[in-house]
Amino acid sequence: MLGLNRKDSLLFVVVICLTMFAPFLLNPFPEGSELAQFNAGYPDLMQRFVIFGIFAIGFNILFGLTGYLSFGHAAFLGVGSYAGVWMMKLLTMNVIPAILISVVVAGLFSVLVGYISLRRSGIYFSILTLAFAQMSFSLAYSVLTPITNGETGLQLSLNDPRILGVSEVDGSIPPANLFGLSMRDSTELAMGNWLFTFNVGYYLSAVVMLIAFYVAIRIFRSPFGMMLRAVKSNQQRLNYTGLNTKPYTLAAFVISGMYAGLAGGLMVAMDPLAGAERMQWTASGEVVLMTILGGAGTLIGPILGAGFIKYFENIFSKINESILHQWFAFLPDGLEDALVFMVYPFIGKGWHLTLGIMFMLVVIFLPGGLVEGGQRLGRLFRRRRKTDTKPGAGATEPAE
Amino acid sequence: MGLLEVKNVNKRFGGLQALGDVNLSVAENTVHAIIGPNGAGKSTLLNCLVGKLIPDTGSVMFDGQSVLGRKPHEINQMGISRVFQTPEIFGDLTVLENVMIPCFARRDGAFKLHAFETVMNEAEIVDMAEAMLTDVRMIEKRDVHAGSLSRGDKRRLEMAMCLVQQPKLLLLDEPTAGMARADTNNTIDLLKEIKASRPITMAIIEHDMHVVFSLAERITVLAQGTPLVEDTPENIKGHPKVQEAYLGQSHE
Amino acid sequence: MDALLLQVLNGLDKGSAYALIALGLTLIFGTLGVVNFAHGALFMLGAFCAVTMQRILTLSYEVVDETRTDFLGNPLKVDVPYVQSWFGDSVGGGIIDWAVPISLLMAVPVMIFVGFAMERGLIKHFYKRPHADQILVTFGLAIVLQEIIKYFYGANPIPTPAPDAFAGSFDFGAMLGMQAGSIIYPYWRLVYFFFALAIIGGVFAFLQFTTFGMVVRAGMADRETVGLLGIDIDRRFTIMFAIAAVVAGLAGVMYAPINSPNYHMGMDFLVLSFVVVVVGGMGSLPGAVAAGFVLGILESFASMAEVVAFLPGINQIIIYLVAIIILLTRPRGLMGRKGVMED
Repeated sequence: MLGLNRKDSLLFVVVICLTMFAPFLLNPFPEGSELAQFNAGYPDLMQRFVIFGIFAIGFNILFGLTGYLSFGHAAFLGVGSYAGVWMMKLLTMNVIPAILISVVVAGLFSVLVGYISLRRSGIYFSILTLAFAQMSFSLAYSVLTPITNGETGLQLSLNDPRILGVSEVDGSIPPANLFGLSMRDSTELAMGNWLFTFNVGYYLSAVVMLIAFYVAIRIFRSPFGMMLRAVKSNQQRLNYTGLNTKPYTLAAFVISGMYAGLAGGLMVAMDPLAGAERMQWTASGEVVLMTILGGAGTLIGPILGAGFIKYFENIFSKINESILHQWFAFLPDGLEDALVFMVYPFIGKGWHLTLGIMFMLVVIFLPGGLVEGGQRLGRLFRRRRKTDTKPGAGATEPAE
Repeated sequence: MGLLEVKNVNKRFGGLQALGDVNLSVAENTVHAIIGPNGAGKSTLLNCLVGKLIPDTGSVMFDGQSVLGRKPHEINQMGISRVFQTPEIFGDLTVLENVMIPCFARRDGAFKLHAFETVMNEAEIVDMAEAMLTDVRMIEKRDVHAGSLSRGDKRRLEMAMCLVQQPKLLLLDEPTAGMARADTNNTIDLLKEIKASRPITMAIIEHDMHVVFSLAERITVLAQGTPLVEDTPENIKGHPKVQEAYLGQSHE
Repeated sequence: MDALLLQVLNGLDKGSAYALIALGLTLIFGTLGVVNFAHGALFMLGAFCAVTMQRILTLSYEVVDETRTDFLGNPLKVDVPYVQSWFGDSVGGGIIDWAVPISLLMAVPVMIFVGFAMERGLIKHFYKRPHADQILVTFGLAIVLQEIIKYFYGANPIPTPAPDAFAGSFDFGAMLGMQAGSIIYPYWRLVYFFFALAIIGGVFAFLQFTTFGMVVRAGMADRETVGLLGIDIDRRFTIMFAIAAVVAGLAGVMYAPINSPNYHMGMDFLVLSFVVVVVGGMGSLPGAVAAGFVLGILESFASMAEVVAFLPGINQIIIYLVAIIILLTRPRGLMGRKGVMED
């Protein structure tokens, strides 16, 4: 299908199904039930899943394939966001120009940063990208305030020209839209106690992510992708084989920068504002976490990682002490308190602690991330089944 | 006029004269060995040929063109392939992919953004790589991760990667270093086979005299950065200067 | 003239902190070959040692002061620190006042323990893994340490004052015969500078004049050869890690009065300290120290009103800019050895 082999096609179809039916899949618990707080099927969160998915897919093209660890990718996302908001201020509230300009501006910026940073490798590369990102962050807060609106962040206003659109509709800023279809529009579907929300913004982002994912698969399977893996494996041999590694790494850097810009543009399309904190190095660290947690160098890993982190960030941080007490209420009082006391540091505001611990465990024990974990489980399961039944049942390899 | 012409090459590292007025001519379609005791400058000379080092003075001409100041990948594109002392391969890639990369390098040059083709649809390249693997009797290992190969197989694979590019000159840096006798003999056989099956020029840097005398048609003896003699293997064997250089070393 | 002097002085305290953190980073990188992203967290832990000591010393019980009333007319309840009731008002009060210097005593064993635990428990297993893995696992550790501190101490900065004796400021202007009040410099900052010099001097002397230090220096230069000599280099490197942790911790303790400690102060310093290490030269101790001071002072010059008016925003980015230029023109840094991590 679409030039993919059978295994990749299968993976792609699975991802298409997951994203298209996400409003159902993420809302498994009936409205008003105890467990409804674990539902993730609301537009805002679903949008974040796919947008950060795009960001991580792009980061993985650089880090997963070439092994160059960038600590400054949030800068491209931030630059893309600013460009997108400006497009909405000056041109039109249609999201297409905003998204396109985000990709282009982030791409240009990544050519500059990549050209300089890639003259070094290893930790020097990491530190150079970090330095560039911090510089952009500081500049966005200070000198570039006319463009970025400093600490307040760049927002739309009623006075914006919007030369191809309208400045205001009924005294308020017109909503971001796709040829008139507002990003905020949602259709709700009630089935029994369940309530499902289908949001225009989510579906736009999901389609964009699917395209981005498809492109990533093609890159992974292309000669270009093979060269990038060769860069990671043995740069010296590549040079002595007649290949110039610089343009290969630069191309990977720029492509991943454009993915970051795309994610930034979509963020703006969903919620038209941009702030400098999106460029801070902790934000760059987050995309590193997502990619590693999911499985660097695998196709599906970054999407899994992004979804995993964003889900738990939202759900975990909503759980508070009283909810914990409810959960453990069936236990004797002393035990209940003790358990709540032990669990409490890891939830709510302590979510980052859980994240940090999980991340360390993954780096130490599971360098291949969740994907490798899944594969190990799969192998364990298959081995057990093989001893039960006849060997060689032709089980499919777990998705890469 | 040889395929490779090295003229008056000098290279200093601080106070150490690593190469002093080296002249060397490798004729087309011959196997030329460069031997010498440790520290004679063999590796330095090799690194000057492939663009890793730049000589202070002198010239290195390959096929009528200067290689000086060119980057390693450019020199490879001119037709020089190099085998390393410890096999340098792509350990994370499969054996077949390892051989396909040099094929792409030959066909598409130093860089091509072929991000939308699919590797396995490149029938021409796959065929070329598989034929090469059959040649070196490694075809049954085509889907194995190269990093998990035995040392002998890694060496074999590296040779395949160099040969598939059909280089005009193959440089071998101690191809049998650290090998057991049996492996060494296998490598000698492999090299003889390669030489017999196609027109190729080889320059071998080697310690092991058994290897040198089994393969070489011309031998250059290097000592303390300068060539002592250049002659046929028969004449080198009995040459007093050579014995002195080697015996002198063994007495230290 | 006085403006220039003021900027140099202003740069000294930040430069001291950079230098101390960079020194520890370099010790760890030079000896263990590990890139430690959790080093900033060690600095932060040090600062929180000061906070903890202050809290311990001010542990109080309530007494009712019959002579005074609160605004409702009830007898006023006063918190009296135990220390004060044990040692009397003047001595006890003095001890509380000197909480920050006293906490140096606590910080040393705490940081040695943390350093040992980190190296033996975690870092040891990463010697042979790629630098990227080292960065990632220590980055994770930094998040964990930071969140633990946040859990116990909250997210807000906690004021941790210096002893009253150092609360005032020098008036260098008047002292040097210039206009009075033109150069005002708090005592504590000067204390910090000399403290940093003492620590740096101590580390260098230790490396220079002890057998232990000699072996470590040899190990930094050529680890394999030293290993071949049959010297148990690993154990010494563990100790070096602990020393680096102590240096970072002490730097943090003394920095507490300058900037009230908060849980993310370590990360803020870490990014800049890394840049400092790179500028100084990866693996070069004198380079790290020199670059720390130079960049600290440079940053303070770049924030002068005249400079900012001429080049807006330069104060924000000067350090990064210098780092980028250095990395591109002289990759081994100002004083780095040739061939160490040059590519």
